[in-house]
Formats: sequence, structure tokens, C-alpha cells
Amino acid sequence: MDPDGYDGGRPMPTDWSTFDWSPLTLSLRVAACATVISFAAGLALAYLLANKNFRGRELLDAAITLPLVLPPTVLGYYLLVMLGRSAPVGRFYEAVFGGPLVFTWQAAVIASTVHAIPMLVKSSRAALESVGAEYERAARTLGASEWRLFWRVTLPLARRSILAATVLAFARSLGDFGTTLMIAGDIPGRTQTASIAIYDAVESGNTMVARTLVLVISGVTMAIVYAANWLERRSKS
Amino acid sequence: MICAKFAKRYASFELELELIAEAGVTVLFGASGAGKTLTLDCLAGFVAPEQGRILLDDELLFDAAADVNLSPRRRNCGYVFQDHALFPHMTVRGNLLFAAERHARLERHRRVGEMMDRFRIAEFAGIYPHELSGGQKQRCSLARALVTEPRFLLLDEPARGLDLPLRNELYQLVRQIRSEYRIPILVVTHDLEECFALADTMVVMGAGKLLQSGAPSVVYRNPASFDVARMLGIANQFEAEILALDPGRDTSRVRMLGREFAAAYLPGYLLGDKVRLCVPASQLNVAREAGRNCVNARVAAVTELPSGVRVQFEPELIVEMSRETFDAHGSQLDWWIEIPASHLRATG
Repeated sequence: MDPDGYDGGRPMPTDWSTFDWSPLTLSLRVAACATVISFAAGLALAYLLANKNFRGRELLDAAITLPLVLPPTVLGYYLLVMLGRSAPVGRFYEAVFGGPLVFTWQAAVIASTVHAIPMLVKSSRAALESVGAEYERAARTLGASEWRLFWRVTLPLARRSILAATVLAFARSLGDFGTTLMIAGDIPGRTQTASIAIYDAVESGNTMVARTLVLVISGVTMAIVYAANWLERRSKS
Repeated sequence: MICAKFAKRYASFELELELIAEAGVTVLFGASGAGKTLTLDCLAGFVAPEQGRILLDDELLFDAAADVNLSPRRRNCGYVFQDHALFPHMTVRGNLLFAAERHARLERHRRVGEMMDRFRIAEFAGIYPHELSGGQKQRCSLARALVTEPRFLLLDEPARGLDLPLRNELYQLVRQIRSEYRIPILVVTHDLEECFALADTMVVMGAGKLLQSGAPSVVYRNPASFDVARMLGIANQFEAEILALDPGRDTSRVRMLGREFAAAYLPGYLLGDKVRLCVPASQLNVAREAGRNCVNARVAAVTELPSGVRVQFEPELIVEMSRETFDAHGSQLDWWIEIPASHLRATG
């Protein structure tokens, strides 16, 4: 596209049919899986934090927040230690699935999940806690079990905020770089997600690839954030 | 019948209450912050008291000593919340069906249909709560609470936000519920008119304590204390000394406002005792001239009322009178106010 930016590192694709979209599709697949996992786990954690009064509740909340503030490399290092081939979890995975967990796209899913879950838990907890106590009280006097109360009253009333948080979590898992690089590596076609591919392309001077991926990722993320804001606004009205 | 005796302590507030509510309407009456809603919350099971026990007929709902505390959903109580708490994401029918869910499907729909007819909300069945008016919301939340066939019903300020005609309609509805369901109905209010319109028994509460309970007319006639009299709007209170007591004629003589007055017999007092007497502002009469039980007074301030005027006199007397009476005497400087002996009663 821009011949000046091309320094001859790789042959420039002549047409779009040969363009390698695999980092993008991989990213979307990883982000989708990570979103599903963090939605389920995040909602359960948010419910726990919002409703149950147990010892160490705020400690758990702090631990869940940690991935938001820790450097991705630190996070990646922890995961590597926990999931590596010599760690119990890694060995267990290897025994069950017949191959190591680290440096696979599944590892990238775990990295993205850890990256995305804090925000989802925080927003969902706030959303669940903002549901009027009177609705929950009313449901209880009407004979509802805690389970039915959650699925029929609390969750439907908090659904827009939680959905907005989930959409943002998807955007966040799409954007993970450091942690993914640490435990999934940079194997083109297998674990090379879009954000890693962009880094690679820039490093190797493949500006066309970098620009295309940057534009697509920016567009997708913009659309996602817009959707999340729209949902959040609707939940307030 | 609810039989409750419990205490709940907070850093700055303490609720200590002994309460018996028979089938019929019991009104918890008191200023805001008296602990009325907290009492309902303790009965419904939202708040666990530190001490005491709550019995519903012969079933133990709460007992601190025996560590019994039934969860709200097992107490079988209908609770109508201040802001109705109708689920905003369900239609009117959905709200009622939610309450009927422990019944089999056919039975559930039959009950809900019946309840919607009874409370005249069938035409709103498919509508969401935010589209309903205040009165309609109130009927829906009553219907929803009754679908569960509660063993007792709690209403927290049910008339809040309703205008006068809707209030009267609500009172009618509550009376109808009282006669159809023979269950204890507890109503929280700080509105004296509401209390008198609804109560079989009124429980006067102040600062977390029960001040007095009984039939409203009895409480009004014999307020147990200065505070109760004030809360009942009995505006005139006098310090008096007993000069004579005649139980046979049901009369007494007292000295107050610097002169002698005839009063009703004051049971439980002795000659020479100091008592506090009270008279509602509506029970004082304007006299043409000096006479028995009359006080000379001058107008200090006038307040308009829907039904007449409330005149504040010097010395301290407050009289409610019709506009005609006020106009008839309006020009004169000195008034004669008669304090009828039969309405002059002791507080406490």
C-alpha cells in the first residue's frame, strides 16, 4: 500500500487473497473463549463477593484486582510457574490431553482470561450490588429461594451492566500482549495473536501487515467500546 | 396472632419492643426514626434481633436463646414495601405469577387470575410496573403479597405518595382484606388520620420503644404520657394540682392557669397530687361570656385549616373552631375559652 514503508524484509503480498489473517482469527477465537470463561467464572466470583459475607472477602477482591495493576510479564511469569511442564497443573493437563499446556493457543486463552477477568468481576459486583435491596427482599418474602432470586430477579435487573462489562472484557482479552507472549509464545499460525503479530510485523518492518492489523483491531475495539457504552446508558435509563 | 418480644441494638439506636398483633389491623404509629420499619423487618426476617422471640400462632419464627431464625421465605409473610418493589422487568401478571410459583401450573394461573379480578388489575395484566399509576401499583403489590396466602401481612407506609381519593380507596381495600383474610395486618404510618382510619389496635412508638397500645379511641382519650399526647396532636397541656376527687360523680376539681377548674375524675391520683392534664384543640369551646371552666384569652396567631381555623391564644391555649365561630368573635380583643370538664384528662 505504502511502498516507502516497505524495506524488503518480507515479500509484500500482491493481493488480499494471500494476506495472512490467521493472527486475527486466532485472536478472535482466543478472545471469545476467554470471554466465555471469564463471564462464567467472573459472574460466580461477583455473586460471591456481592452476596456472601465471608472471611477474606476483601482479600479475594484484592487478589482478583491484581492482574489489572501487575506488569503483564509478572503475571505471565506466575502463570508459567503454575502451568509449566514441571508444575502440578501443567503435568495434570499433559496427562489428560497428551500434550503440554504452555505454548499452545489454550495457554493464550488462559492468559487472556486472567487479563480480562478483574474488570468483569468488579463491574458485575457493582451491578449486582446496585440492584435495589427491596426487590431482593420482596422476592424472598414471596417464597423465592436464593437461586431463583438470583436468576429471576437480580441477574435480569443487572443484565445490561453485566453485558456491558462482558463486552469490554472481550475487548480487553483481544488486546492482551505481554502475558500471552510469556506463556503462549509467538508461533505464527499457532499462538501468534494479532497484538503479537503487530509487534512482529513492526520489528521486521512489515508495515503493511502492521497497519492492516492495527486498523482492524482499532475498528473492532472502537465498535465494542461504543456498544458497551450504549448498553451501560440503557441500563441507567 | 403474632406475639413478639425482642431487642435490636445499633450504635446509636435501640429497638426494644413487646408486641401482640391479633387478626385485624394493628397500626404502628410514630414519628420517623421511631423504629417502625425496623420492627416490620424483624418480623419479616430481614433483620435478626439480638434478644427475644417472635411467635406466629404456635410457630416459632425467631428465638435468640434457642438459635431459631426462620429465613424470610419460610415465614409466610406478605410484605408491601414503601415503594411497592414490583419487579420492573416483569409484567403485572409476571409479578403475580412469580409469587405463585410454588403452586402447580394450572392452580397458579387460576389463583393469579382470581387475585387480579379481586384487585381490579386484570386490565393491566400485560403492562410493566413503570406504566402504572400510584394507586394501581399499590393494588398490584397488595395482590402480589396476598397470592402467597400469607399468614400475616406487613404494610410499610402504604399511603405514601397517594392523593386523598386514592388514600380512601386504599383504606377501603385494607378493610376489605381484613374482613376476607382473618390474619394479623401490621401497618406502619406516621399519619394520624390513616391510623384512625385503619386501626383496630394502635401501637404508639417513640425512639425504639412502645409508648402505648390499645384501641385508637381509648388511646386518644387517655394518652399514657405527655409525648403520646403530643404525637396524637393533643395540643393543650396543663400542669395542675388536684383539689378534690369525687369518684361517685366521676368528677374532680383542679387548680391550673391560676384558677379552679372542674375536670373528669382522675383515677389513680390522690388529693394534692400534681398532674398533667390535656385537651385536644378541637374540644375547646368559645364561650360568649365568663362562666364555669372559662379562661380569658387573647388571640396570638391564626392558622387556616381545611375545616376551619386553628387559633393560638395567650395564655397558651390552642383551639380549633369553625370559620363561622371565628368570624363571629373575630373583632373582639378578649375571648372566653371554655375547657369542658369531661374532656380534661390526665396524661399517664
